[in-house]
Amino acid sequence: MSAPNKSYDPVEVEALKAEVIDRAREDALAAIAAADSLDALREVKAAHSGDRSPLALANREIGALPPKARAESGKRVGQARGAVSKALAARQEQLEEERDERVLVEEAVDVSLPYDRVRPGARHPLTTLMDRIEDIFTAMGYEVAEGPELEADWFNFDALNIGPDHPARTTQDTFFVRPPGGGEVGPDDAGLVLRTHTSPVQIRSLLDREPPVYVVCPGRVFRTDELDATHTPVFHQVELLAVDEGLTMADLKGTLDHMVRSLFGEGMETRLRPDHFPFTEPSAEMDMVCYVCRGASVGNPDRPCRTCSSEGWIELGGCGMVNPRVLTACGVDPERYSGFAFGFGIERLLMFRHNVEDMRDMVEGDVRFTRPFGMEI
Amino acid sequence: MRAPLSWLREYVELPAEVTGRDVAAALTAAGLEVETVERTGGGLTGPLVVGHVLAIEELTEFKKPIRYCQVDVGDANGTGEPQNIICGARNFSVGDKVVVILPGGELPGGFTISSRKTYGKVSEGMICSASELGTSDDHDGIIVLPPEYEPGTDAVELLELVDEILDISVNPDRGYCLSLRGLARETAIAFDLPLRDPALLDVPVPNGDGYPVEVADRAACDRFVARTVTGVRPDADSPVWLRRRLEKAGMRSISPAVDITNYVMLELGQPLHAYDRARLEGPVGVRRAQAGEKLTTLDGVRRTLHPEDLVITDGRGPIGLAGVMGGAETEIIAADAAAEGAGATTDIVIEAAHFAPRDIARTARRHKLSSEASRRFERGVDPEAAAAAAQRAVDLLVLLCGGTADPGVTHVSSVATPRTVLMPATHPGRVAGVDYDRETVVRRLQSIGCDVYGSDELTVTVPTWRSDLQAPNDLAEEVIRLEGYAHLPSTLPRPPAGRGLTETQRLRRRTGRALAGAGYVEAPSYPFISARSLTDLGIPEGDPRLRTMTLANPLSDQEPELRTTLLPGLLATLRRNDRRGSHDLALFESGTVFLPTGEEPAPVRPGVAARPSDEELARLDASLPHQPRHVAVALAGDRAAAGWWGAGRPADWADAVQAARLVAAQVSTELEIVSAQHAPFHPGRCAALYVTVEGERVLAGHAGELHPRVVKALSLPERSCAMELDLDLVESAGAGPLRAPRVSAFPVATQDLALVVDRSVPAAAVERVLRDATGELLESLELFDVYTGEQIEAGRKSLAYTLRLRAADRTLTAEEVTAARGAAVTAAAEELGAALRGA
Repeated sequence: MSAPNKSYDPVEVEALKAEVIDRAREDALAAIAAADSLDALREVKAAHSGDRSPLALANREIGALPPKARAESGKRVGQARGAVSKALAARQEQLEEERDERVLVEEAVDVSLPYDRVRPGARHPLTTLMDRIEDIFTAMGYEVAEGPELEADWFNFDALNIGPDHPARTTQDTFFVRPPGGGEVGPDDAGLVLRTHTSPVQIRSLLDREPPVYVVCPGRVFRTDELDATHTPVFHQVELLAVDEGLTMADLKGTLDHMVRSLFGEGMETRLRPDHFPFTEPSAEMDMVCYVCRGASVGNPDRPCRTCSSEGWIELGGCGMVNPRVLTACGVDPERYSGFAFGFGIERLLMFRHNVEDMRDMVEGDVRFTRPFGMEI
Repeated sequence: MRAPLSWLREYVELPAEVTGRDVAAALTAAGLEVETVERTGGGLTGPLVVGHVLAIEELTEFKKPIRYCQVDVGDANGTGEPQNIICGARNFSVGDKVVVILPGGELPGGFTISSRKTYGKVSEGMICSASELGTSDDHDGIIVLPPEYEPGTDAVELLELVDEILDISVNPDRGYCLSLRGLARETAIAFDLPLRDPALLDVPVPNGDGYPVEVADRAACDRFVARTVTGVRPDADSPVWLRRRLEKAGMRSISPAVDITNYVMLELGQPLHAYDRARLEGPVGVRRAQAGEKLTTLDGVRRTLHPEDLVITDGRGPIGLAGVMGGAETEIIAADAAAEGAGATTDIVIEAAHFAPRDIARTARRHKLSSEASRRFERGVDPEAAAAAAQRAVDLLVLLCGGTADPGVTHVSSVATPRTVLMPATHPGRVAGVDYDRETVVRRLQSIGCDVYGSDELTVTVPTWRSDLQAPNDLAEEVIRLEGYAHLPSTLPRPPAGRGLTETQRLRRRTGRALAGAGYVEAPSYPFISARSLTDLGIPEGDPRLRTMTLANPLSDQEPELRTTLLPGLLATLRRNDRRGSHDLALFESGTVFLPTGEEPAPVRPGVAARPSDEELARLDASLPHQPRHVAVALAGDRAAAGWWGAGRPADWADAVQAARLVAAQVSTELEIVSAQHAPFHPGRCAALYVTVEGERVLAGHAGELHPRVVKALSLPERSCAMELDLDLVESAGAGPLRAPRVSAFPVATQDLALVVDRSVPAAAVERVLRDATGELLESLELFDVYTGEQIEAGRKSLAYTLRLRAADRTLTAEEVTAARGAAVTAAAEELGAALRGA
């Protein structure tokens, strides 16, 4: 290294000649551009911007120049070093980016691979459909009421105006329970039955509460039908009971309309046809517009509907105004209060809401049937 | 009830263009469910006429005998000359009247008739059988008509071949609609046309000369009409129209006398019985049966009578089950059934009686014998139609069988006052939510046969055939249905503000969601089980689960018991899924079990005229067994599936126990888990699950791996696991609303700790001791390793824990952390004999 020049002699320093610095700068930039990996760049960096690099050495020679010349050379060297380190940084960034990209490409996976290590479970669609119906009515202010499945026949029959000799008592296909001591239950004996409908819950609700009573009663019920594609001895019902001052059949109709719209969407409606049940008077059978064809299949052989057999209506269940005798049996004054009730089977509803073709699928607990229904319906 | 439209038209002059479908729609809207409308004779076109067989030539040169017949068809063929017809049937002779279809006619099914050469002759038409005419499936050969019809008469009309038949499902309250009379009444109302009531007949005044009848039980039999017809021709045949109508209504023709009683029953709804007078001994009586009496009914069954059965008697004893079925001894004997000692019946006693619905229903049920008669009496028969029905039968026996009406008319009758119902004229409107004016209400009630008086308060006398109309709401229904349910408006009531689901209901949903979220699939099963399924579970004698309720009438004799545990059903579902090829299974069920103590008192039967007393209600509830809700899971195969990612993890006892913890967490409570031996579980892999209810420790269920013997007995996958918990009990142990944890922002101090304890010491006990000793500084504790092996002395195990210590208000000092750890080690050593591993 040259000694400091304090005499202001015009000394020539080889390393600070403009063409030398420019060449060093060009060499460095070319080497940087040529570096094709981060390792190569590291070597280039040592060679061209390290302590022993030509530009670093040149920088140290600046003091050897006379004071006047220092500024110019200093500027040239400084600019050259700046350009080199900027190029190094840019190249470094570029190479890192390229490396990262390559690594990420190498790390790519097949995202379509299945990954059901713990398969999701599901609630049974009958359960979730009942939940949904409960929610419709609790939103309106109803309570959800429940009662025992094994029931005293007074609750299942007598209180519902189904006396010991009522024909409905035989047509309901009841499961009777043997008395604990054995022996048979005679027609006059009070006994226990597996409830044939959730109506005994209505009775219990009326006995437990002061009117107004607005309850919805979901639950399992039992009738002596063999299991086949359309029958099951154990099935689910939702019944509804409203007892208040001044309730009418129009209120019943409105409540049914509201329910089918909530379950099946706007534009749905119900139809009432006269029918007979001991516990309601007047009584009606309730139909709803066919969910699938919306009536378009009626008289239209080109568009037959399997869901409603091209009748345009689907039978939902029974309903009516609570028979005043039922109110009386529960200690509710029929002169002051009136009420309406309806009930329908959940299996049927599930069958046509979700196109279930065979009752057995809802009964046998096959996970392949239930799993797709998930948590809600 | 099957109603031919042609028959209905006899009483209601329906316009010709009204079809069976129109009537069906109108009746359905009025509350009669028309199930089908069946068309008969569709595709049949004439000429179809009565023919008189003049001559038969037997052709024998063919494989089967063939007849070449000359048949007089009157002027129907335009010439008056006999038709030559080839026929393969043989059940007719020269002189018979038959049904002939002439060339140009068409049979149902599109079979066109023409003159054609067959069997070497020209056949000009065809002699028809019932099946060819589409009226019956009877292939017994061609129809032979009674002799009185003129050749050439149009047989389409004669046989009422073209018709529509409405099949109507009649509700139990509308007994009057089990007759053409009742259905015609509803049809007339629906079409606003007058009704020709077939029961409006002139009947003779009762006299003392009729067949003697003694009614001992007037409450059960308030009407008994007996009429006698003598000189009935035993060889008489039922005319075609009568046979055809019975056929269409779904009944078979038997003999003229029986056909007539059936016909009148269909027409008027009054069941009749015909007795052979020659076989009656002494007066006919109506009384209760005596214990031990026997009767052979018309169906040939010898029945032992019950003292409550109402019977018809003669001098010998019971000759019929009143209102249900007659006896064989006094049965009418048709000419073809007459034998030596019992000649064909010539003198007939007709019974038209009215019995109490309840008695008939009970007898029918007791003897499992539901007949056309009992079905009607159970549902209510018009007592005032008895005399008319008897008269109608007498008329028909005279007309069709050449009999003579005996002038004697027996009519035993209790005076019945017609039923009246008081009802405000506004009542139907109040029930419907529609303003009906008084005039509408009165008109509708009158149309169904009521007499109505009064202005605001109506006094309504109901017709004798409507025993179902007893209260104002019954009348309201009549008004509303006739005004049309379709016209009811749609309004919404305003219930008081509700509170949504109860805590119990929420818990049930939460439990289902939690288990489903953990991979369990809900699989509800029937509550019916066999006693065998409980022994297969290895449940020992004396276990309360063996104390079941039993169904009196199970669907399957194999499964008459009601479940005391969810496991038999759930494990059967597990097996079913496994057999169907789903092997990695996690199922759950939430449902009722039935747990009788055996001490439940018999239920009572309070009246229904008022609310039962509190005592009666308490006794009713006491008669029911405990019916708690249980939740159960069953597991088999892999809990975490094997796949491209590697091996799976088999479901094991720990998953079952974890499922129980998950359920308990839904009420923010923790289970105490203690190893136990309990069927159906593996004795070394079974956890008893305890909850604390009001300070008391209560057993709430079990979980674990199933006993290998149970797995084998039930053909379950190896190592199947299960859990069952009393959800009601778990709920009652609920801790109430959760108290939120305090979250400290100070640094955590982590301490690892390996304790060596005897193998018999449960991890739960170690954890409890560590928690107690470290107190409130312990934020969490995790068991990260369990080790047994050569580095540990035999009979001991090492449990390695990470303790996370943190204070709410400061950074813990090293001394505090060391002290806490030391306290934990000391407590474990003192209480459980634990040694610090490596110490």
